[in-house]
Amino acid sequence: MSIPSRLAELLRDGRFVVTAELSSVNSADPEATWRRAEVLRGSVDAINCTDNTGAHVHMSSLAAAHLLVEKGLEPIMQLTVRDRNRLALQADLLGAAALGVRNLVLMSGDDVTAGDHPEARRIYDIDSMQLLEVAVTMRDRGTYLSGRKLEQAPSFFIGAVENPFAPPLEFRPLRLQKKVRAGADFIQTQLVFDVPVFARFMAMVADLGLIGRSSSFRRLGFPARLVVPASCARKFPGCTCPTRSSRASKRPRRPDKRRRASRSLSNW
Amino acid sequence: MRVVERLVLAVEKPLKEAIWDCRMCGQCILHSTGLSCPMRCPKNLRNGPCGGVRANGNCEVYADKRCVWVEAWEGSRRLPVFKDHIQHLQRPVDWQLQGTSSWINLVSGRDQMAPKGWHVDP
Repeated sequence: MSIPSRLAELLRDGRFVVTAELSSVNSADPEATWRRAEVLRGSVDAINCTDNTGAHVHMSSLAAAHLLVEKGLEPIMQLTVRDRNRLALQADLLGAAALGVRNLVLMSGDDVTAGDHPEARRIYDIDSMQLLEVAVTMRDRGTYLSGRKLEQAPSFFIGAVENPFAPPLEFRPLRLQKKVRAGADFIQTQLVFDVPVFARFMAMVADLGLIGRSSSFRRLGFPARLVVPASCARKFPGCTCPTRSSRASKRPRRPDKRRRASRSLSNW
Repeated sequence: MRVVERLVLAVEKPLKEAIWDCRMCGQCILHSTGLSCPMRCPKNLRNGPCGGVRANGNCEVYADKRCVWVEAWEGSRRLPVFKDHIQHLQRPVDWQLQGTSSWINLVSGRDQMAPKGWHVDP
């Protein structure tokens, strides 16, 4: 298989990779997205375009990712199963591929009750693991989930997420194993504040043989710097922050400077 | 067949609702989820918990309720059999089966039917 993206190439080569999350805009003007993205040019390898972060409506991750492609930046399109059923998800995946988006991160998504439309109907027609498998099927077999053939299969570098800090902690590595089996090419974790818990998680992941042995599980992404204000622990579901580092990271920064770094597992 | 199904449902529905708070998805995987019904999860997750589970083990959506998957994990550790089935990769839900008898679907094999493009073994 040819290398689908620059991010894939960097991770294949075992390079230290830095990714940042672009805070999505509420503007119909593409300049708004470009202004935020340009800040990151040269300092990150790839930029995550979020899909209605925290269940708040913003411009779609598909559109944001495409705008980044237009400017020669490397987007990672996040896609949640919260807002779309299996038809809409596959339609957006194919559309993203046609618009030059190659990196995906597929996830469940924060619940609608966390957002600005708590009265909305949540979808969850399929789950994040099944969406992984669907994207892999479209890429590798050139069919939809229904089995119907695509004229041209998309080229994707497919990512998944895990939160090593949410209960049941012992099950998290097994859940990650499922995602690897479903075909995840790379992983981005929840922000890491609690290093001892993360180390335990990584030890369990290693025990499962997911590091190095599985052909699909090559790299693990996690944030290198604690630049997110402690208030995010309260703001976002699933983001936990022990007291000590809460104090350490009190100084708030602009959210689009939030950085994530991935490094190769061989360095872990 | 309709009479048979109604008779089976007359037993299955109240029984499973009383014991497991069953949501009658018609494709029961209770033995894979530590006898904790995954359809009670607000996100209907059948492959494991979301990332939003609270530090105390409660649901992201319902702060006063235990996460269905925290219960599933603990339940699966207690089961004498099917312990490893929690690691199975569950196929997408067939929403056409909602409200039908999972006992009949189990016997007929209807609940094992996956979409043609689904290639993962459990």
